[in-house]
Amino acid sequence: MTDERRKKDAITRRDLLKAAGAAGAAAMIPTSLDGAPVEAIRPVASAVTAMSNAPLMNLTARETEILAAMIDRLIPSDELGPGALDAGALGFIDRLLSEAGSTSVDAYRSGLAALDRYSEYTRGGRFVELSERDQDSALIDLQTGGAGGAGADFVGSSGGFFNMVKSHTWQATFGDPHYGGNVDFIGWDLIDYPGVRMRVSDEDQRLLDAEQLEPVRRSAYDYAMFGTGRPRGPDLDGEG
Amino acid sequence: MPRQVRPADVVIIGMGAAGGVAALPLAEAGLSVVGLEAGTWLDQRDFAPDEIRNNYRDWPFLVKKVEDERPTSRATSATNANRVGGSPMMNAVGGTAVHYWAQSWRLNPWDFKVASETVRRYGFSRLPAGTTVEDWPLDYEELEPHYDAVERAIGVSGNAGNVRGNIDLKGNKFEGPRDREYPMPALRWTGFLERMADSARSLGWHPFAGPAAINSERYDGRAACAYHGFCNKGGCPVNAKNSPLISTIPKALETGNLKVVTQAHVTTIEVDREGRTTGVNYVVGTEEYFQPARVVLVAGYTYENSRLLLLSKSNAYPDGLSNNAGQVGRHYMSHHQGGAVGALFPFDLKAWYGLPAQGVAIDDFADDNFDHSDLAFIGGGNLWAMSDRRPISAASMSTYGRGRNWGSGWKRFIHENSDRSHGAYIQKTTLPYEDNYLDLDPTYTDRLGLPVIRITAQYKENELRAASYMQDKMEEWYRAAGAVEITRSGLGNTMGITTHAYGGTRMGNDPEMNVLDRWGFSHEAPNLGVLGASVMGTSGARNPTLTAQALAWRTATHLVEAWRDIAE
Repeated sequence: MTDERRKKDAITRRDLLKAAGAAGAAAMIPTSLDGAPVEAIRPVASAVTAMSNAPLMNLTARETEILAAMIDRLIPSDELGPGALDAGALGFIDRLLSEAGSTSVDAYRSGLAALDRYSEYTRGGRFVELSERDQDSALIDLQTGGAGGAGADFVGSSGGFFNMVKSHTWQATFGDPHYGGNVDFIGWDLIDYPGVRMRVSDEDQRLLDAEQLEPVRRSAYDYAMFGTGRPRGPDLDGEG
Repeated sequence: MPRQVRPADVVIIGMGAAGGVAALPLAEAGLSVVGLEAGTWLDQRDFAPDEIRNNYRDWPFLVKKVEDERPTSRATSATNANRVGGSPMMNAVGGTAVHYWAQSWRLNPWDFKVASETVRRYGFSRLPAGTTVEDWPLDYEELEPHYDAVERAIGVSGNAGNVRGNIDLKGNKFEGPRDREYPMPALRWTGFLERMADSARSLGWHPFAGPAAINSERYDGRAACAYHGFCNKGGCPVNAKNSPLISTIPKALETGNLKVVTQAHVTTIEVDREGRTTGVNYVVGTEEYFQPARVVLVAGYTYENSRLLLLSKSNAYPDGLSNNAGQVGRHYMSHHQGGAVGALFPFDLKAWYGLPAQGVAIDDFADDNFDHSDLAFIGGGNLWAMSDRRPISAASMSTYGRGRNWGSGWKRFIHENSDRSHGAYIQKTTLPYEDNYLDLDPTYTDRLGLPVIRITAQYKENELRAASYMQDKMEEWYRAAGAVEITRSGLGNTMGITTHAYGGTRMGNDPEMNVLDRWGFSHEAPNLGVLGASVMGTSGARNPTLTAQALAWRTATHLVEAWRDIAE
């Protein structure tokens, strides 16, 4: 990624984070390098674009704000590149909470409220008002289960809440873009994942071993056989 | 009154790894076979390479019987059992073999004779306290033709290590003699796997490529493995993973003698006054059916097999079908696969496109392949270095003590190390013990109100000592290959729900100690057979599926040969 791109992402992200409480997931619309809608370049990002300008379905503005701040500390946007918010983690989690049978909504609501209370009692301010350093130390308390007391009243354990948000944030950032996360393949770029291929030949593996295999950037569901109403049968790169 | 359907010669309860294989020799022999399957049909289009769905969310199967009746577990009878986690199994035609790792091992000849061989080589005192282990009622040589038949019927790739006594170091020099080569060569290795093999050789060990029910080349009209990297709990979109769904079941259907009924939830097995089975009760939705049959083969997962027998009470069997000797649920084992070892390397492993069944095996410390005279345990483990990595799991890797696992520092760590970690898979000998058993839980039930299985079991000293020994060996191997950090997880305690669950309906010659005879038929109800790892009396140090399938094949062919004695 170029320095220019990084700067642009950073600014965009900061501005959007401020607006997160008011606009919910809308804040996290990614833009491509040249400012064109992502959809035009990456068909898989259409799900994210579709969520634009809409608040989260399952969380209040205040809850969204706390969650956004927490996610932003888990995988921040920094000099190494964009983070989980840019990857669409808020919208991903909102979609997850909308799924039939999801039992996580209450866990999110109570956990986010408890995080705010814990921040007030121990660090004198709402979580979103804390410095990044204090936010991090509060999250370390959560992760290690040390945030149980102090009037925070986590349902279950604070570590359980932390791990749930972390797991969902990781799924959002590094999972298939089909679910609304990993926008612009931010997560796969971060870990140099060479991409979803339907066939990896002996030669492909040799190229990978020699660091010469070009990454593929597409969702599993961009392969015809997994779409709906498409013809049956494998859709293999190059052969079959 | 349940609706009575047309009688069958044989009803098989469960069209999974074992039942789906046994159906073929029965149908080919001309017997009318009904396969009752709780799940539904799936096909290639259901198997998108999608880590979120395969590894973090529910699989695309409609029926969740295994989840609904997942067992409770506790270490000993002194505590209450808890119901934690989810079931690792699935309901579908083909069963969990639709998404298993497909490692397809034969057991070592020693695994069939653990009791007598231990006494012979080391003395009676070396049998662990409280173990109920006994020699199997058959030996490796007797099972060999059935291993061979199943390897060909489903398609197994691998390098033979011992063909009729001729040792070939491309395969496992410790394996029992095979009649011939595998039908396909082993899956390929990556550069890192070659490195692991070289390191093992430098230690004087004998590395080889493990066997898999995955096509290394085109086989029986199905494609070769595409190495796409989503095999771990993933179905195969090119049909290279040889579950019964695509191998034996279609062939059995072609005979016209197999009928598969899906979404059929079996509740009880019926018996007559003499104690012979007469058929099976099942429900589809809210509709009740009775399937009459001359022979009943129970072929669910290990927990389901004991449960179904315990739930099938009658005048002839007041404590559950074939349980008048009180042996149903006994000799239970959760295979010891814990005590993991992880390693961090200072270079990328290029592991993104592997599969768990593609790797390097070390059998030098398995079974009785090494001298235990100065060791405080019997048995051992199989070391397995595979090639398996997916993005979310890679990003969730251990930081090996190098800082916390989130934040900007972590981003730098993961950017550098996402392809540098490795986790070994180490399967250990696990023995049956007097106080490790399955019974019906007094509290938890499934949706029909029927009690679920309760696991009361824990790993004993023998398993823990073997696990610790194997961790030492694995660390030695990793260090030789250049690892810079090593992690070890705990050695284990409670035996929880596992994909490798054995016992509960053990085979053996003594009817007072075993539910089944040497052919897999009940000592008490002569026309009742049981298929699956629930019949096995020892675990071995490797994946159970091929052995369960070979035994199922043997039980089925025996049924054909002894039809009059068993069915009439």
